Amino acid sequence: MEIAHPTSVNEALAGLTEGVTPLAGGTDLMVEVNFGHARPVQVVALRRIAELKEWEGSRIGSGVTWRRIERDGPTALAEAARTVGSPQIRNAGTIGGNLGTASPAGDGHPFLAAVDATIELASSTATRTLPWAEFFVGVKKTARRDDELITAVNLPGNLPERQAFGKIGVRNAMVIATVCAVVTRADDGRVTVALGSVAPTPIRAPRGEAMISSITSPKDTDLIEFQRLVSDEVRPITDHRSTEEYRRHGAGILARRLLERCLR
Amino acid sequence: MTATTKRRTLATDATVGQSPSRPDGIPKLRGEFEFAQDLRAEGMLWAATVRSPHPRARIVSIDIAPALAMGGVHACLTADDVPGRATFGLEHPDQPVLAGDEVRFWGEPVAVVAAEDEVTARLAAGLVEVHYQSLNPLTDPAEANRRDDVFRRLRIRRGDQTVRGTVVVEGRYEVGMQDQAPLGTEAGLAIPDGQGGVDLYATSQFVHVDQEQVVASLGLRPDQVRSHPTGIGGAFGAREDVNLHIHLCMLALHTGRPVKMVYHRSESFAGHVHRHPAWLRYRHEANRDGRLVRVEAEVLLDGGAYASTTSAVLANASYFAVGPYRCDSVAVDGIGARTNNPPCGAMRGFGAVQVCFGYETQMDRLAEALGMDPLDLREVNALRTGDQMPTTGQVIETPLPTVDVIRSLRAMPLPEADPDAHHSSLPGGSGLTTESGQVRRGVGYAFGIKNLGFSEGADDYAQARVRLSGDGAVVETAAIEVGQGLVTVLAQIARSALGISRVEVAHVDTSKIDSAGSTSASRQTQVSGGATLEAATRLRERILSEHEGDDLDEEGVWRGESLVVPWSSLADEGWAETATFRHPPTTRPDENGQGVVHADFAVAGHRAVVDVDVELGLVKVIRVDTAQDVGFALNPASVRGQIEGGILQGVGLAVMEELVMKDGVMLNATFTDYLLPTILDAPEVEALLIERPGSWGPYGAKGVGEPPTISSTPAVVAAIRAASGKELNRVPVRPQDIALP
Amino acid sequence: MIVEFSVNGEQVSAPVTLPGSLLDLLRDGLGLPGSKDACEQGECGSCSVILDGELVCSCLVMAADVAGSSVTTVEGIGSEEALHPVQEAMHQAGAVQCGFCTPGFVVAAADLFERNPHPTQTEIREALAGNICRCTGYGAILRALERVATGSAQ
Repeated sequence: MEIAHPTSVNEALAGLTEGVTPLAGGTDLMVEVNFGHARPVQVVALRRIAELKEWEGSRIGSGVTWRRIERDGPTALAEAARTVGSPQIRNAGTIGGNLGTASPAGDGHPFLAAVDATIELASSTATRTLPWAEFFVGVKKTARRDDELITAVNLPGNLPERQAFGKIGVRNAMVIATVCAVVTRADDGRVTVALGSVAPTPIRAPRGEAMISSITSPKDTDLIEFQRLVSDEVRPITDHRSTEEYRRHGAGILARRLLERCLR
Repeated sequence: MTATTKRRTLATDATVGQSPSRPDGIPKLRGEFEFAQDLRAEGMLWAATVRSPHPRARIVSIDIAPALAMGGVHACLTADDVPGRATFGLEHPDQPVLAGDEVRFWGEPVAVVAAEDEVTARLAAGLVEVHYQSLNPLTDPAEANRRDDVFRRLRIRRGDQTVRGTVVVEGRYEVGMQDQAPLGTEAGLAIPDGQGGVDLYATSQFVHVDQEQVVASLGLRPDQVRSHPTGIGGAFGAREDVNLHIHLCMLALHTGRPVKMVYHRSESFAGHVHRHPAWLRYRHEANRDGRLVRVEAEVLLDGGAYASTTSAVLANASYFAVGPYRCDSVAVDGIGARTNNPPCGAMRGFGAVQVCFGYETQMDRLAEALGMDPLDLREVNALRTGDQMPTTGQVIETPLPTVDVIRSLRAMPLPEADPDAHHSSLPGGSGLTTESGQVRRGVGYAFGIKNLGFSEGADDYAQARVRLSGDGAVVETAAIEVGQGLVTVLAQIARSALGISRVEVAHVDTSKIDSAGSTSASRQTQVSGGATLEAATRLRERILSEHEGDDLDEEGVWRGESLVVPWSSLADEGWAETATFRHPPTTRPDENGQGVVHADFAVAGHRAVVDVDVELGLVKVIRVDTAQDVGFALNPASVRGQIEGGILQGVGLAVMEELVMKDGVMLNATFTDYLLPTILDAPEVEALLIERPGSWGPYGAKGVGEPPTISSTPAVVAAIRAASGKELNRVPVRPQDIALP
Repeated sequence: MIVEFSVNGEQVSAPVTLPGSLLDLLRDGLGLPGSKDACEQGECGSCSVILDGELVCSCLVMAADVAGSSVTTVEGIGSEEALHPVQEAMHQAGAVQCGFCTPGFVVAAADLFERNPHPTQTEIREALAGNICRCTGYGAILRALERVATGSAQ
């Protein structure tokens, strides 16, 4: 059978044998197909699996689209969702698909890193949950095995009250992030900072976090130092979209501005 | 049947000066309009192209056997299969139809394949084994210039070369490689006629010149090749040159079957010419009163591997290197270099765009050095009717309302800043990078000039035919409609001249009418419009004369209050009139670039308002207002459409559009990374049409397509400079150019 | 394989080859060439269709995956006798030049007004952010859709 249309996760996993390609929203796979870079011969389509679209509290099914997240997601994740592609892309693209592709520039990834989300994976024999940092392995590389599907993203039960997202791009729609970031601040002053497009995977900025989290009411000089630390911690490259120098500069400024938003 | 009361039924809302909606609008809105990519024919094969991955290499061998072995493949052709002239080209036929011994640019076609379906054709193309010996590409046009590897050098010297001014401003500027990126890619269908000839339906801006090149390379008689105007999804210069035309005809004749080809987007980037990147050196000298005393310019264009229209683009860039200003001591040296970068050619603005960025930046710097208001400086030097072009010495004889453009633009009110701006109006947009307090607003002006029509002695003409039919009248033309609204305006002209409402425009092929020339150089409305006006006017005169009538309308011919010939009889009389319109002649320049080189001119000015997040280097273009010299607006809505579309292309060049090349290889040949402005990037536009009829175009109209792209870019950059204090000597301006030291 | 689904209100049974896109199926298999291919990667919106009530790029939908679904293309918006208000407004406003992006805009705009009959200018821009036009500069398109939004079109 060339294409399967399972209606349950178990059915999908049973069909996920060798050489079978999972298909969610198609917004990444079909680009590869259209460019002649991929020619799947057997596909398991996930679009009809209701389970994967379930969103219970802090467990977001991998089949939830960016359109829904834009509407119903926690602040910074909803803000990120709004910048994914275009309305057409957001209606089809899913949070699970975005994870599966694991682009270093994935707009949804910094949020997951900032709140220490976990990724649920299932195979026909077992399920497991990985911390985000173990899920993302490299540029477009994840710890997902070929016989596994990403089934859900788990956010912590209590999300930080203050959250802010930002994405630097050259035009105002449909743009791959030059730098994107999420900053959160809990009531107890603990700050997390996560960034995308500045390393092979989404990363946190632990030195910047540690420095600013220890200060109850940061002053301007503290914010400048925070900015400098974040700038220093990122590992961007120069490519046809931007330069290492600019990304480093942008990361620091973006992080500082997002923190300022969280401090208001 | 006679009517005793004469009724004028001319629909006065569809004549010149009005904005009737376009005749192909509804089919386009319903998805029923046929573009080249939508064409089908019985028994049709699909073609695909094998392209070089190297910017320069020797072709050691080509093995087509693996492709031919694939099921469903009907043909695989290489250079050896070109029956006639091995090369093609608009100005010089120097570009191989298919590469023979050597490839000279990344993406150069090496072979073409025809198969039962598109997927098979592309897969088969991937199986052709080409052995290359990679060679060192020449990718630096300055180096090419040093080696004298150039398509053209152009020298302009006018006036006393020894004069000097009190104040001197020097500068170096760079313009990156923009792409036309029309939404419809290259596409076509070639149908063999069973008698050794072929009918070609392909995306094009000039069917007659395509036909000539197909005839030459196929070794056929002219009457054996017919090129048909075909639905096209935009052009902006990309389709003046042949790209898939000869390939399709070769395959059609070889296989005996209709053959279709559609380029994918990346292939489209590789497969058509681009705007010339430019390196400019300027020296402006003026006196304390602001008058320009002397301008020196060096204009270096990278023409890429083959000639295309580099000679003409260089000419344009050089002749307009001073801008719409008087100056009696001018020295311009233009170089069109040959490299192993992809070929560059026509793009809307055609050389005038690049130099405008240079000279307008210079004018702003000169104003600063003089302590003068930048607009006062422009006005002091503005070129007027009766003046001589600073470069060629040509006396400007038609209206040139430069001063009106400057003054009316200056008078347009500026928008208020909005402290509660929604994020979509801020730099960064939904990326939420920037708050309104983190933004600095800047305003910038720029002015530009462009020629209309072809120059340097080219025989620039267009033929049109107007004939009566049962319903009304038909205007027949081979002029290409690329979206600009030619089909609408030709009917308006015919209506006004004939005095009847029911007029439609029919595109006919190269065997049925003589050339209308290229849809480019902002010329088509003027020359095809001119031919239509002439044909319709003469037709009406002849009909009235023949029937001794004094009026003609939808009912027929009238004499006084009597209908003497009803339309139904008139339609049977076979009335038709053909006219060939030529604009006033131009000449080849002398060895110093002097002469009556251009047919006409148009000026325009732009004022940009931008908000800049200086820390992050992000820009939001809030408004671009404009005043443009249009002669007479035959269809104001279409003129406005050209202005708004052209301005956005200028904005694109200013802040986001550039083909990034590395060692001759294009790095961003996709829409993900070649960024076109979206609706969220589009500024508000207020357009003032300055109408001073007097040009040779119909009813005094001037061409309007290019001026919007010329001074819009430098206006945006001037505004960014005002906001950021940065020098910005290169476009497109990137965030790092603003944000980093 | 055969895929059964509904297109513009009609049930069809279409032969489909994996992994071809819905766009190719519409254009080559079903004689509906209104949707256009301009970028192959969902970056321009020229191929926009409504799939099960949602606006998507048909170049990014695998044809084999639409079994049981319902698709509306530009050919299904408005009719010969009665243009959709979006089509009428765009026609009157001069919002069509080359026309290649037009089907995508019609579908996206029709979808917008279905969900939000009176969008603000900002909402219109955000809804059409996935549709690229190279000819018009978007000015006439916005004017057309603002007239539909305020009910002053037609």
